[in-house]
Amino acid sequence: MAGIVGYGAHLPRHRIKVEEIAKVWGADAPSYKKGLMLREKSVPPPDMDTITLSVEAAKNALRRSGGVDPKDIGAIYIGSESHPYAVKPSGTTVAEALGATPDIHCADFEFACKAGSEAMFVALSHVDAKAMPYALAIAADTSQGAPSDALEFSAAAGAAAFIMGSKNLIADCLFTHSYMTDMPDFWRREHQFYPQHGGRFTGEEAYFAHTKGATSAILKKAGMKPSDFNYAIFHQPNGKFPQRVALEQGFTQEQIDPGWLAPTLGNTYSGASPVGLSATLDIAKPGDMILMCSYGSGAGSDAFVWKVTDRIDEVRDLAVRTKKLLDENVIYIDYGTYAKYRHKIKKNA
Amino acid sequence: MTMFSSRNWREYPHRYRLEATKFTKSGKTYFPKRMVDPVTGDTEQEMVTLPETGKVITYTIIQIAPPQWGDQAPYALAVVELTDGTRLMAQMTDCDTTKVKIGMEVRIEFRKIQAEADHGVISYGYKFVPKWY
Repeated sequence: MAGIVGYGAHLPRHRIKVEEIAKVWGADAPSYKKGLMLREKSVPPPDMDTITLSVEAAKNALRRSGGVDPKDIGAIYIGSESHPYAVKPSGTTVAEALGATPDIHCADFEFACKAGSEAMFVALSHVDAKAMPYALAIAADTSQGAPSDALEFSAAAGAAAFIMGSKNLIADCLFTHSYMTDMPDFWRREHQFYPQHGGRFTGEEAYFAHTKGATSAILKKAGMKPSDFNYAIFHQPNGKFPQRVALEQGFTQEQIDPGWLAPTLGNTYSGASPVGLSATLDIAKPGDMILMCSYGSGAGSDAFVWKVTDRIDEVRDLAVRTKKLLDENVIYIDYGTYAKYRHKIKKNA
Repeated sequence: MTMFSSRNWREYPHRYRLEATKFTKSGKTYFPKRMVDPVTGDTEQEMVTLPETGKVITYTIIQIAPPQWGDQAPYALAVVELTDGTRLMAQMTDCDTTKVKIGMEVRIEFRKIQAEADHGVISYGYKFVPKWY
């Protein structure tokens, strides 16, 4: 089966702490930190958006690809709920910046937080069908949470990119399974600036039902059990949900740790489990088995079983590691700066 | 006045991909591209892509910015010599203006350059960020 030939991530350097948001809204920071299991989140500066994050993540994927010529990439798919334009594709700008135009297929995917794994799924399928040698899937978001809403504490920014191919693999995709139902747990209507959600309704029936549905189905398909995996990555709307879904299904804290980034990254929406996969590949060894399971409201989960190849040791340090981008040289900002960066302040035109 | 999107479109090769011209006789690289080497008159050339790292040669701090960058002031504009010797000017970003120094190492990143208000075309291109990895 097809798999990953090159991977990479990109994150903003800016962070805002839960305390900084809580003090503006009179919220109790310790209870939010405990409830969401999240201490801070990434914030994109004013000159960064889904397109710029995608370009930088894709360049890191190319650096680890063993010299894939961008002209040989047959498709670029970007999954995001924060495409900069309502009408005008993100994919063509990214393709132009990478030098992959004009003989290419571009599409922008949307499916709340699952848009990125959706792009990965389709990219893998094209390669598997031998329609093209390489397909690039990018998961990127600069997500917005309404001021004072619980989402404001978690909505973050980040991107991961995966070049799918059939030869020279870093990780072989052994199985996929997708699980979806019509679920009104989180949405944003046309012309609305911020998304809305169903509060507690986003939990059991939404996130947990779909991630567990996809995970149990792919385990059955693969004939595997949680202990057969070295690592697992679940979608991360906060720190708590992925930890709970992992432990409840028999995975351990050690298995999720490398890709469990939400406590200091926040929820990168479409980027969440893909960025977690990028961080996990950074430390994986040849032969390691990785389970990845996304979740997007509306709702659905895409699950993947990856087997890491010997090539990981050659490529992991050809681009910056994800944890380095997460942990080092961060710039903390106050709520005022955050409000300005995220266009939450009304100005005269 | 923001940049016309048609002009931006014509400049994608250098703004998006750092494409430059290297002339055969002089071996000199020009960025943006030139049709003719201004010193030798040579037209024989090849396209090269500039390296993405370099050092600050000189800089200035913009305190009062044009409207499209007003929200980002203060910021630095720097002339950077890339590792191949090519010099170019761009905005510094992710960088406290008090920390900019001549000789500091920078990396090129793809960023939003400007936008025609909230409703118009967004222009993208290169900026410098401090090189920390």
